[in-house]
Amino acid sequence: MNVSSIVEKLNLKIACGREKLSQNVTGGYVGDLLSDVMANSREGYLWITRQTHQNIVAVASLKELAGIILVQGKEPESDTLEKAAAEGIPILITELPAFDIAGKLYDIVS
Amino acid sequence: MNLEYENSFEIQGGNFQEAGDISVFIKKKLQNLGVAREILRRVAIAVYESEINIISYASKGIIHISISPESVVIDAEDEGPGIENIELAMRAGYSTATDKIREMGFGAGMGIPNIMNCSDKFTITSELNKGTHLTIIINISNNDAEKNR
Repeated sequence: MNVSSIVEKLNLKIACGREKLSQNVTGGYVGDLLSDVMANSREGYLWITRQTHQNIVAVASLKELAGIILVQGKEPESDTLEKAAAEGIPILITELPAFDIAGKLYDIVS
Repeated sequence: MNLEYENSFEIQGGNFQEAGDISVFIKKKLQNLGVAREILRRVAIAVYESEINIISYASKGIIHISISPESVVIDAEDEGPGIENIELAMRAGYSTATDKIREMGFGAGMGIPNIMNCSDKFTITSELNKGTHLTIIINISNNDAEKNR
């Protein structure tokens, strides 16, 4: 299933990367520790986090993640948006907390 | 395939705005050179964590990367406080990071362990109040270097 279908199913708001939603989602990872995500996420994962600063973009780019989901309605900082647009990383926003959105994502991806 | 590349990158301590830029650049460079995905992944993690370490702790540093058909060699050398207890620093979960660094999601004590997991050969030397020098070697041609992470 690609990012676009997941955006629709989980009612995610698209903060940036609207043109990069075709990547196939292979799984998900939840974490706010960047080194943890660096070590344990895989290509094609959606990353669920509450970190909104620009350093999340490099992690997503390096690990070729399908996108980042910010929880509890958190908006990315403006320099995060700029970097994400430059790197072509979708940033999506959910009003739900991490546990809830991870559960829903797990149901449709696994 | 003519796999030769060498470059040095300067890093300013505290410059979190540019954290990750070098690893992203190097990964793209290696991708264009046709380096295998698993090697790319390991180089990306090793360079990223080296960058974050220098930015988090040192006043400045240099990451030097050199690629040959046999291996990728990454040297990360900084001018900074040095590491008091290298054995502790190599242990997962140990960190001397400040609250500010931790709030950003760094300083979880995973940096050096992540680097070690991605290296075929890893050496670290450090001198208090002078700096730290990491040398990371990732084999390209050696089959038994296969790692799962």
